Parts: sequence; structure tokens; C-alpha cells
Amino acid sequence: MGEHILELSGIYKTFDGMDVLNGIDLYIEKNEFLTLLGPSGCGKTTLLRIIGGFLTPTEGDIFYKGKRINDVPPHKRNINTVFQRYALFPKMTVGENIAFGPNIKKWDKKKIDRDVDEMLELVSLRGFRDRDVTTLSGGQQQRVAVARALINKPDILLLDEPLGALDLKLRKEMQIELKRIQQESGITFAYVTHDQEEALTMSDTIVVMNGGRIQQIGTPQDIYNEPKNAFVADFIGDSNILCATMVRDLEVSFLGRSFECIDRGFGENTPVDVVLRPEDVVLNPVCEGSPCGEVVSSIFKGVHYEMRIDVEGETIIAQSTINCPPGSRVSISVLPENIQVMHKSEMSPDRRIKACDKVNLEA
Amino acid sequence: MKRNACLIPLYVWTAVFVLFPLAIVVYFAFTRDTGNGVALSFESFTRLSDPMYLGVILKSFKIAIISTLICIFVGYPVAYILARSKSKMKLVIVILMLLPMWMNFLLRTYSWLSILENTGLVNTLLAAVGLPKIRFLYNEGAVILGTVYNYLPFMIMPIYITLLKLDESHLEAAADLGANPVQAFLRVTLPFSVPGILSGVSMVFVPSVTTFVISQLMGGGKVPLIGDVIEQQYRVVNDWHFGSALSVVIMVIVLVFMYFINRGDVESNNGNGGRLLR
Ligand SMILES: Nc1ncnc2c1ncn2[C@@H]1O[C@H](COP(=O)(O)OP(=O)(O)OP(=O)(O)O)[C@@H](O)[C@H]1O
Ligand SMILES: [Mg+2]
Repeated sequence: MGEHILELSGIYKTFDGMDVLNGIDLYIEKNEFLTLLGPSGCGKTTLLRIIGGFLTPTEGDIFYKGKRINDVPPHKRNINTVFQRYALFPKMTVGENIAFGPNIKKWDKKKIDRDVDEMLELVSLRGFRDRDVTTLSGGQQQRVAVARALINKPDILLLDEPLGALDLKLRKEMQIELKRIQQESGITFAYVTHDQEEALTMSDTIVVMNGGRIQQIGTPQDIYNEPKNAFVADFIGDSNILCATMVRDLEVSFLGRSFECIDRGFGENTPVDVVLRPEDVVLNPVCEGSPCGEVVSSIFKGVHYEMRIDVEGETIIAQSTINCPPGSRVSISVLPENIQVMHKSEMSPDRRIKACDKVNLEA
Repeated sequence: MKRNACLIPLYVWTAVFVLFPLAIVVYFAFTRDTGNGVALSFESFTRLSDPMYLGVILKSFKIAIISTLICIFVGYPVAYILARSKSKMKLVIVILMLLPMWMNFLLRTYSWLSILENTGLVNTLLAAVGLPKIRFLYNEGAVILGTVYNYLPFMIMPIYITLLKLDESHLEAAADLGANPVQAFLRVTLPFSVPGILSGVSMVFVPSVTTFVISQLMGGGKVPLIGDVIEQQYRVVNDWHFGSALSVVIMVIVLVFMYFINRGDVESNNGNGGRLLR
């Protein structure tokens, strides 16, 4: 499709003998909004700093428009960063911070003046131009950091959790705002977050990372509907991840029953993982032939109720607009297309899956 | 009520050790011995208009300013390298730099004499390789050298401490925004360290204006500074009135100096960055 503006090939990074990145292969397309998503400590910031030029990879190459740039220092890369901890210059006003890049590049004074105002408008900080940055709130500082990077019109903008300090409402507004800026300016965004919802709403491409490895790359739809392994499924939203056996094509068994599904090609009697999104679990009055369980808890979540149901020792999360009070018995069913069958991942993200691997081995 | 009570020792201290001696100096400055008692007089101040004294005052300030500037230009790079170094030897080097500060002031200065005098270390070495001896001592240069040597650590330390507080991420941000290392230094590091420089200036400049030990030892009495004149008035000529008047004048000039330095400090410093003196 689009031009690959940046390519990472076989990137490894080791800090004092600790592997932080373990072979990252990734390309970023021109004009796309790419999100690095993963839990804290998985190496997102490290990867971003390698792209920005603040770290050199222990192994591997970075290509910018086809040229290897491993040894190009940050000030010579046409890439700007919104740092995780803002790094605003404390002795300068908001306006001076934003004008720092243009001043270095010796833009025309009038243009700088105009662009600074434009940027302040963009991040809703009109009237803050002469304020001392140290007197700003966390959220305001974050927006200054965005403006300071954006004014340079870089080819790639790196954003390291730029909305982390904002309250929910402002966060949502800024998400829409950033997305709009990205689409209008045509600047390629590489965005780091550990908030899956943010990633799903803003991105063209999501890169799910864990333990210094890429788990899955895909569109938000791909990642949400067809997680490649249990880690991705678990990380993207609340979901039920169950141990299952692929009996044959189009038939999978879990919770002690057999279910019709739409997957093929897993072989016969193969251990697999199955993902059920809570909103896809349908609750019915108790009937023969479908798995039954007892409602353990029910919480009102605004639009729907979220219920936890104990079925054969497994806890299933279900969402429904109709409340089933704790203690009541229900049976559950799932439409074939809502059953997501995955290969067992080599990496088990949590204990639940390990425990269920054991069940599989014993079976 | 209670807070005020806590301040009482401070008031007592200030009264006994600051105001009282100051009052005595001022008293002597504005009086004169009439043979049978003392009388109010401005005679000491009129004597100050003697070009000889003005010359000494000017020279004292000239030497102090030159010494302070040298301290900045030598001390800043040292402080910078120390603060940015990640070497494990850093602490050792800092302590080595401080070591002379803990040694007696006179002793330190005498050691320079034995290095530089006509029969000293350097000239002995020069003679050994057949070069002519150089007269290092007993001139202005020697006094400046002695001042710089004695007060350099007081310049390095505040700058070093300020630079330690410089957040690495600000330099990264500057680089990110296109600044090369020199531009990043000029626009981020240097403005950040101004409070440290100003602290250093106050710690070096004031004592160098009034020093008399250094000018006597290194200058051999050939470069009399205002400190020497004051000392003479007290100990040799025994004219406490004139000595006090000189002190008051110097004090006023230094206060005006410090006022401007501190104002620069407040302007460049919005509550962060370090200073040792207040
Ligand atoms: N300079 C460094 N020296 C040693 N270890 C480091 C260094 N920088 C990062 N690490 C380690 O590398 C790992 C990944 O760090 P990184 O900052 O990339 O995580 P992250 O994914 O950005 O996490 P978060 O979401 O919390 O910001 C962490 O275990 C961290 O302790
Ligand atoms: Mg991070």
C-alpha cells in the first residue's frame, strides 16, 4: 500500500544484560496512525527512543525512507517527540517552549509568531502564551508538549502516552483532536499507550507488544475480532479465554460441551484457546444441551449489566441489558461466528491459562 | 506568638555578631580623635579622595573582577565535565578538588610561594634544563593567580551542584527539536546554570576584593590592595577611624554589586536551580 517511511529490522536492545527488546520487525507507513500497545515495562518507550535516536539498538537496523539511520543523531532526524514526562524547558514561557524548534531552525520571526498562535489554538491553550510552564497543570503541560513537537511539522511524530495525565473527558477530547490533527496534517504518528480503548479508537494500525516482542500487528478490527493469541485477547478488552479442543473443522469443544464454529484447518482433537467477548455471550433460561451456571455477581455498568457466571468451575463474564441477579441459574450460548479460535500461545500471559494448559495435558 | 519566640535566638545572634561589630565600625568611621576625646567628623572620608587611595580601590576591584572572570572560565568547564561525567571516579575527583578548601588558607598560599619563587620548584626545573629563570612572584599576575587558586573551588561547587540538577530529558528535548550540542548548551544548559554562576560570583568576588593575605604573600607588598591598606590602618598606623571609613566604603560598594547580582539571579531563576547563598 503506502510508502514505508520507517523500517525496523531485527531490533534487539539489552540494558545491563537485561533483554528489553527481542527482535522487533516493523514498518511504519507514510501518513498512518500507528499505535504501540502493551503493558507497562514491555519496551514501548525504549522502542520509541530508538526511533527518535536517543538510544542505539544493541542489534538491528533502522531505515528512514530506505536509508539506514542507526548513527544519525536526534537533531538531524526529521522526527519529533512528545515525551512521556513532557520535558518542557522550565525557564521558558509556553510560547518560548513552542517556538524553540522554529527558533533553532531560524524561521522567519513573523511566521514563528503566527504558527505559535495557531498551535496554541490547536491545543486549546489560547491566552497561555506568556505563562511560565512550571505553573501549568499536568494536562496543560502535556498539550504544550504536543504543540512544541507539532509546530515543526515533522515527517513522523512520536508520542509517548501523551494523554496519560488528563482526566477522562479531556482525554477523549484530545483523542479526537489528535486524530483530527493527524488526518489534516498528514503527519505520520507513532503513538504509545497502554490503554486498549485509546488504541482501538485512534489507530490505523495497532502493534501489540509484550515482553519486548511484537504479539500482533493489525487494524483495530483485526486485533479486536481476531486476536492471534491469548495475550492479545486478554489485553484487548475483557474477554473470556477458555481452553478448548478443536474436535474437527467447524466443531470446537469447551465447558464440557461441543459448539459449532466457523474455523477450520486446526486439525483434529487439537488443544486450542477460545475467546468469547462478554457482549457475545448470550444468557438464556436454563435448558438442556447448553452449559449452565450460577450467576456469582452482577454489576450495573451504565448501559449494561456485567455478570460473572460460574460454569463448570470456569468464570465466564457476560454483558447484557437484562439483569440476572446473583444466585440465579442461567444457561449460555454463543453464535458460531462469535467464537474466536486461536492457536495456543507459547507465552501464557497469566496463571489462568497455565492452569488450563494443565487440564489440557491431563485430558 | 510561638513562631516569634523561636526567632529570638536569631535576633540575639544577629545583634551580637552582626549589628554590634558593624555599629562599632560605623562609629569609628564617623568620628575623629581630638586628643582629649572623640568628636563627630567626616575627615576620614575626605582623606579618601586622595588619588592614592582611589587607585588602590580601583586596583582591588580590577584584580577581583579579573580573578572572578578567570574562575568562571576555568571553573565552568570543570564543573560541567564533572556534573555530566558518569565515571565512578567522579566522587573522588570532587573530593580532591575540595581538599585544598579544607587546608589552611595560609598554608595553601605558602605552598605556591615555594613552587614559584626564584629558588622554587618551577625555576629550579627551568634552570636544570638550561632555561632562564622567570620572575613569577610579586606582581599583579601573582596576586591574581593566588586569588584564583584559593577561590576556584568556591566557583566550581555551586555551578557543579546546579548542573547536577539539570534534567537530561531537557537536553534530549532540545536535540529532538533540532538543536545541535552547542545550541542545546547555549539555550538550555547555560541559562539553567546561571544561578550557580551567580552564587559562585558572590562567593569569589567578595573575598577577593578584600583579601590582604594573598596580596602580601604573592604580591610581596608590591601590589597593595584595599585589604592591605585597611589592615595597615588597624595594625601599623593605628588609625582605626580611617580604617573603618575604608571598610564602610568597600562594604557599600560590595553591597551595590551584590544587589545587582542578586537581581539578575531572581530574574533568571523562578524558584528552581540552585543557589548556595541567600
Ligand atoms: N536506561 C535504562 N537502563 C536500564 N533499564 C532500562 C532503561 N530504560 C528502560 N529500562 C528497562 O526496560 C524495560 C522497558 O522499559 P520501557 O520504558 O521501554 O517500558 P514501557 O513499555 O515504556 O513502560 P511504561 O508503559 O511503564 O512506560 C523496563 O523493564 C525498564 O526497567
Ligand atoms: Mg514508557
